[in-house]
Amino acid sequence: MTTTAKPAASDAPKTLPDTPPEVSGLGHSMKRKEDPRFIRGRGHYVDDIQLPGMLYMDIVRSPYAHATIKSINTDKALKIPGVLAVITGETLAKFNLHWMPTLMSDTQMVLPTDRVMYQAQEVAAVIATDRYTAADGVDAVEVDYEQLPVVVDPFKALEPGAPVLRTDKKDKKDNRIFHWEVGDKQGTDRAFSGADVVVKQDIYIPRIHVASIETCGCVADFDRVRGQLTVYMTTQAPHAIRTVFALVAGHVGLSEEKIRIISPDIGGGFGGKVPVYPGYVIATAASVVIGKPVKWIEDRMENLQADSFARDYHITAEVAAKKDGTMTALRIKTLADHGYADAAANPSKFPAGLFSICTGSYDFKNAFAEVDGVYTNKPPGGIAYRCSFRVTEAVHTIERMTDILAHELKVDPADLRLKNFIAPEKFPYKSALGWEYDSGNYSGALRKAMDKIGYAALRKEQAEKRKKGELMGIGISSFTEIVGAGPSKHFDILGIKMFDSCEIRVHPTGKATARFGTKSQGQGHETTYAQIVAEELGIPAAHIEVEEGDTDTAPYGLGTYASRSTPTAGAAGAMAARKIRDKARKIAAYLLEASEADLEWKPGRFSVKGSPDRGVTIQEIAFAAYTNHPQGMEAGLEAVSYYDPPNLTFPFGSYICVVDIDRGTGAVKIRRFVAVDDCGTIINPMIVEGQIHGGLTMGMAPALLEEISYDDQGNVQGGSFMDYLLPTAMETPKWETDKTVTPSPHHPFGAKGVGESATVGAPPAIANAVVDALAHLGVRHIDIPITPEKVWRILKEKGVAE
Amino acid sequence: MATHSIKVTVNGTEHTADVESRLLLVHLLRDKLQLTGTHIGCDTTHCGACTVILDGEPVKSCTVLAVQADGRQVMTVEGLEQNGALHPIQEGFTQEHGLQCGFCTPGMMMTSYALLARNPKPSELEIREAISGNLCRCTGYVNIVKSVQYAAAKGA
Amino acid sequence: MIPAPFDYHPASSLGEALTLLERYGDDAKVLAGGQSLLPILKLRLGRAGHLVDISRIAGLDYIKEDGGFLKIGAATREAELERSDVVRKKYPILDDTTAVIADPLVRNRATVGGNLAHGDPGNDHPATMLALGAQVVASGPKGERTIPIDKFFTGLFATALAPNEILTEIRVPTPPARSGGAYIKLERKVGDYATAGAAAQVTLSASGEVERAGIGLTNLGPTPIEAVEAEKYLKGKKPDDAAISEAAKLAAKAATPTADRRGAVDYKREMARVLTARALKLAVQRATGRA
Repeated sequence: MTTTAKPAASDAPKTLPDTPPEVSGLGHSMKRKEDPRFIRGRGHYVDDIQLPGMLYMDIVRSPYAHATIKSINTDKALKIPGVLAVITGETLAKFNLHWMPTLMSDTQMVLPTDRVMYQAQEVAAVIATDRYTAADGVDAVEVDYEQLPVVVDPFKALEPGAPVLRTDKKDKKDNRIFHWEVGDKQGTDRAFSGADVVVKQDIYIPRIHVASIETCGCVADFDRVRGQLTVYMTTQAPHAIRTVFALVAGHVGLSEEKIRIISPDIGGGFGGKVPVYPGYVIATAASVVIGKPVKWIEDRMENLQADSFARDYHITAEVAAKKDGTMTALRIKTLADHGYADAAANPSKFPAGLFSICTGSYDFKNAFAEVDGVYTNKPPGGIAYRCSFRVTEAVHTIERMTDILAHELKVDPADLRLKNFIAPEKFPYKSALGWEYDSGNYSGALRKAMDKIGYAALRKEQAEKRKKGELMGIGISSFTEIVGAGPSKHFDILGIKMFDSCEIRVHPTGKATARFGTKSQGQGHETTYAQIVAEELGIPAAHIEVEEGDTDTAPYGLGTYASRSTPTAGAAGAMAARKIRDKARKIAAYLLEASEADLEWKPGRFSVKGSPDRGVTIQEIAFAAYTNHPQGMEAGLEAVSYYDPPNLTFPFGSYICVVDIDRGTGAVKIRRFVAVDDCGTIINPMIVEGQIHGGLTMGMAPALLEEISYDDQGNVQGGSFMDYLLPTAMETPKWETDKTVTPSPHHPFGAKGVGESATVGAPPAIANAVVDALAHLGVRHIDIPITPEKVWRILKEKGVAE
Repeated sequence: MATHSIKVTVNGTEHTADVESRLLLVHLLRDKLQLTGTHIGCDTTHCGACTVILDGEPVKSCTVLAVQADGRQVMTVEGLEQNGALHPIQEGFTQEHGLQCGFCTPGMMMTSYALLARNPKPSELEIREAISGNLCRCTGYVNIVKSVQYAAAKGA
Repeated sequence: MIPAPFDYHPASSLGEALTLLERYGDDAKVLAGGQSLLPILKLRLGRAGHLVDISRIAGLDYIKEDGGFLKIGAATREAELERSDVVRKKYPILDDTTAVIADPLVRNRATVGGNLAHGDPGNDHPATMLALGAQVVASGPKGERTIPIDKFFTGLFATALAPNEILTEIRVPTPPARSGGAYIKLERKVGDYATAGAAAQVTLSASGEVERAGIGLTNLGPTPIEAVEAEKYLKGKKPDDAAISEAAKLAAKAATPTADRRGAVDYKREMARVLTARALKLAVQRATGRA
């Protein structure tokens, strides 16, 4: 596929910051404007909301992965004082709300009427006067199940004779969801058959969960008198939710102009708060029926077991190369386990997300990838755990394969990468799988990382340690990410194009309000967006109030995930500000009695060329816009921009990880980790660094600790924080970060987005380090999470365990 | 089941409440006293988002019954700021970018507050050990450590 | 995460607590720190109609040396043990142990008595107490009785305590000169239960042979395990690498782990060996003043 290449030079400033600290435009490490409420415990999260008459909802969940529901007995529950109602699939079926569409145009149950398809599936909902009574109600609902054969293994799910899971789909005779492919199959096959060297590896990337510290929830409040629905919701995409609600529940009287979705403060999203979860729909239905606000907040175990899983890709990858190490072809076959419904949060034309970034940072002439989606008795999904769409899977694959090839050829993995990187002069670069990478300087990032960590000395140390039987490894990951979805030509969610938006209004006293269609869940938009507008208009960022998340006031946007905010909404902010600046120039010309062409702009002020003392500030212009604007011009000083990005953006970086392995226990200790990131123009260095720290930690976690798995009866393992292991401050190393800056040529100020780079780049750096530590023993690959037991087993097998 | 009339002093103010035996301290604070700064992040006593100071010690308020706090002193995040002046810990978290989504932050700050009360000049390792019962998904802990060091330097 | 309803009874004296236990029998549970009990109640994995809170009883939390023992009141918080100078200086194995129980916040509530009385093979103190040859004091309606620790753990979540008894004190014999101990816990992350844990307490003779060895294992069977064969083997021997290695092998034989997310049976058994060896080495170093 192609993107419309617009090689127009962006306004990327050459050196930042170029505004004074009082203005705090791009490049300033401005302290965050959102902090004052959070440090006082005055954040406004969904569970903080208390409305008069509010009821509480709690959910009865299936203990079985696949079963018919013979009966649901609500008598005992309804006898509990304070339990007002129990909602079942039968209740919802009356309104045809028992099923709902997913973001990938599949369907999933809101509440079942005849069978459950995964352990922890929602079966019924109890509405009560307080949360304790609701919990008692859940305990008292009696459900009679008859178990059915469980399909857990996605390979077995495709075997002939496997139980067909989606019997709700007419004429469905198997468990296939989709087949997707990209690239030149024949050309790639030819390249492989003619190759000097071929390496092949099976790679499994297990199911994990974003596990943001705040779980999902909502307060649904239907006002019967006005016919208005307000839902406070942990959602990263409030407008999309509003439209989905209008489309799905239009037949029961919900009308889009009377639906208000409010994302208040959100305690972490990472992709897990993008989908519409059954709980939201049930709570809304309950509020509509009962006429009172209904609050639903999930427990952590519900969160881990029922929603927002990510990954679960079974990959077979092959790389073909010349003897001299030139990588020539890439071929990948993947089985994608989607659970019982394809509820992935991908742009609709991309059932495997942006997996086709799998050619990575390397100049492959030939590539072909195919992904087959399959149904199993597991929760629906997958969302993207902080990784754009399937980019972690793609990058993990190519970075592991690069190391495997290096091992095969007996060359240094850094050298192999340097040899195969797309050269800087090749940008914009058209990859073999159809992406046009905007800009990159891969060797710059890798060399910087190598310098910073002292790569050559480490290799020497490793050689010496090996002689003594000590196990030390160095792992590299030189990733290219693809974010900022996306150009309207190819990107939509349920048909809604993936533009984003900004509306700015400058007030008479020179302050401004800027509203965006995205929704921060910790990324600091109230600060960074203000800095963008400050850069363009010279109004101090401290005077720019940023708002997001209320669909009644914010312009339509597709939300914050996949590192898209800065590339899309941030761009819209710049473009809207530029429209304002254009009008401001007209007003300035009028005020200064000069022609527009004679004016020059420095942030915050127009002045007459050659007479710098003859000027007007943006504040004076703003005041004039309401009090003294030219005749024939509309009053006011505002603009809206719906930005359709011409391309995606391609942040990149090189990470190097050093590990030491305990030969007795198999435990892996990260001794050092250097991350060099390039996200183009940096809005706020402090915030960018924080994003990288967090991303690295969410990259380390799947590499070493996190996994959700199922036994052969579909019982979930890792369904609570007892066994789903989030790293503490003790497991997390002191991350070392650095940067290069290679602006995006097509973005209004050259920025690319950065929130997810580290989650994408870190796992292969760590996996490569561990394999590198054991490579001399003949180890080629270890699937993540690399637990001590996995390592120990290898040590034992190789005869080097303590 | 009987209810208990309890008196709990929270941030210096004594509150009386009639509570079920099973009411968790975190729910007393959030739902009954409307002090929603203390958060709930899990159900297995792991995450520490609910950390408050109980009689001078940081504890997970989701694993303390309200009745166990009868007659005791509780300090929550709302009690850090005094007379409009931010506590050095609050300053530290802002200056050093020790928070992103803010959900784990009250718990982190209360644990840090207690740490500095006991150990005014902690090493990095001591800080990491002290906050090892508080999970964060956003920050990767590096800046949280810096925030506590900032507060320590300011003589918290 | 909401417990089922129960009644709460704060006891102001031991006698009152015992009366309440008598009254409510099987339907009552002792509440001290609550860091094991409340999580179970919150998940409704276990029920209790009545909680008898002993944490307000004066005089149940103390750490003192007396009559040849370190005496720890059962209601002593783990954090207090962690901060105790006498424990750090003279009973480093206890210091090792308390420092790895759950996390620092839990340790501010959890009690030493609770860590034993819960009967959970995953708790850390049991193995250490086995290694130390400790005793516990149980108070009941008929008075006090002393139970040696190797008779205390009777089954999974089962101890020798009668339903109407309360654990009130733990007694650790003060080790003689040339003694040292260590506890090593392998955990997936801070806050986790042990994948495996090994406690070793040794006393050496003047000529350097093992006079007494105590070895306890955590989370490697339905109860905390005393590695008796390993202990017997070491007696009278010089604790050099070879002897320690052999003892560690014997300790691993005593382990009967079950497979779970922390590890397969063979891995856990091997970890019993590796950790026992490490704990013994460190114990010996401490006994000889080299650590």
